[in-house]
Amino acid sequence: MTAILKKELASFFTSAVGYVVMAVYFFFGGLFFYYYCLMNSSKDMATLFSNMFMITVLIIPIITMKSLSEEKKQKTDQALLTSPLGLGEIVLGKFLGAVVMFLCCMVIYLLFAITLCFFPDGAPDWSVFIGNLAGTILLGAAMISINLFISSLTESMIISAIVGMCAGLAIFFIDSIANLVSIDWISTAITSISFVGHYETYTSGIFSLADTVFFISVIALFNFLTLRVLEKRRWS
Amino acid sequence: MVEVKNLVKTYGDIKAVNNISFTVNDGEILGFLGPNGAGKSTTMNIITGYISSTSGTVTINDAEILKEPKEAKKQIGYLPEIPPLYTDMTVRKYLEFMFSIKKVKLPKDEHIDEILSLTKLTDHQNRIIRNLSKGYKQRVGLAQSLLGNPPVLILDEPTVGLDPSQIKEFRNLIKGLGKKHTVIFSSHILSEVSAICDRIVVINNGEVVADAKTDELSTVITGKGNLSIEIEGSVTSVVSTLKSVTGVQKISVDRKITENHHLYNIEHKKEVDIRRAVFAVLAKNNMPILAMNEGGMSLEEAYLKLTSRTTAKGGKK
Repeated sequence: MTAILKKELASFFTSAVGYVVMAVYFFFGGLFFYYYCLMNSSKDMATLFSNMFMITVLIIPIITMKSLSEEKKQKTDQALLTSPLGLGEIVLGKFLGAVVMFLCCMVIYLLFAITLCFFPDGAPDWSVFIGNLAGTILLGAAMISINLFISSLTESMIISAIVGMCAGLAIFFIDSIANLVSIDWISTAITSISFVGHYETYTSGIFSLADTVFFISVIALFNFLTLRVLEKRRWS
Repeated sequence: MVEVKNLVKTYGDIKAVNNISFTVNDGEILGFLGPNGAGKSTTMNIITGYISSTSGTVTINDAEILKEPKEAKKQIGYLPEIPPLYTDMTVRKYLEFMFSIKKVKLPKDEHIDEILSLTKLTDHQNRIIRNLSKGYKQRVGLAQSLLGNPPVLILDEPTVGLDPSQIKEFRNLIKGLGKKHTVIFSSHILSEVSAICDRIVVINNGEVVADAKTDELSTVITGKGNLSIEIEGSVTSVVSTLKSVTGVQKISVDRKITENHHLYNIEHKKEVDIRRAVFAVLAKNNMPILAMNEGGMSLEEAYLKLTSRTTAKGGKK
């Protein structure tokens, strides 16, 4: 598994993907930081984080688009699947590789927080900061598992990226979709799987077990589905 | 030892592999021969555990590929038709990656150096795979299959796309590997298989149509012996003289060379060696033999005959 993880990371940084993803993430992060914190002389980073929600769901498909689709296209999956590696190790290696890549993007928040510390009375509310960071990481990991699953379904990384972005946007707008439904119980059901809803508790610096379990369940479910896709391909 | 038993693979209604069985003994080089689309790659993908079979079993040194996949896969080095290369890595980095996913327990650097020199890649180890020529890419593919010295090597058309000198080099390499490994080697080029392999399994339309030692293949296919012979003398007297030899089944004139000199083809029971008797009877009747050749049907003809039976159900098994 560590071999796959290392290889994934190396492939992000030997190609331009890793750098471009980080650059885009840092750019929007910087933009929102400037606007909400510096320009408004605010030490509240929660607005910055909630604005980055959208960037996160759009950038993650770029991280994972190659993961499994390109392996299949280039037939390198033959090397992986005929090696003594278990399928679980392959999926987990790919998943963790993307998560570590995403964590590299998270570094920018630390820089923002440190920057704020230089202002008189500017040190951010750390519990809110850590809550937001944890929420963003869980959200990112959940999106990675969903996008990895999408990547396992196709041989084309373009399709994988586009479908992943659409899925991300649908998740982002899921509350608005819920509002359109007039039948109560369906509307409630949709809201209960809303990522934004589960993410919100973290933004106020509250650690909620229920929300953490929600994100971890999503991660487990989609990694499991990815595993089944790989398994099924063998048996079809 | 690799044991393939009653392997079947269906895609919808299409039977890509239909009841294939064969065994490869330790240290044997088995040629897996068949025209394009005969089911060679599918069979190899099943043997290596890349895809599953619809029914049937594959056993690699007592480990069944579907029941103990990790055990079985550890014993196989596989070079698929398209070498599975990560083209953005250097040759060495790629081999190091393959070394770790194959969970090889040998000293890493030494072992990779050894493989690099065996496949003559030492000078190219720091080049990016994308920039290598087809022949070198193929070598990197072979190098990865050799990592960990697996007892069984499965090579799917390894010489396709190489230039003649590379092909020769590759063949020698494989021949050398056959001394230490059990090799299954697929190709649609007959001369290649007959030059390297101890035994040949011919498949066509997903079925095994012949399984024989390389030098016995043509007799196995025809079920008859063949003698091609040039004799001086009139056709009628030669034919009548030859008919008196026991074991002769059919005599035909292949070609007229001069008025009194013809090339004949004699089919005879394959258990009987008729050459001495033919010589004796012709000498007695004063009909000189100018040339004599056993095995009138070449391997090439035998192969074509086998693989042209496109619709024939149940060829020789």
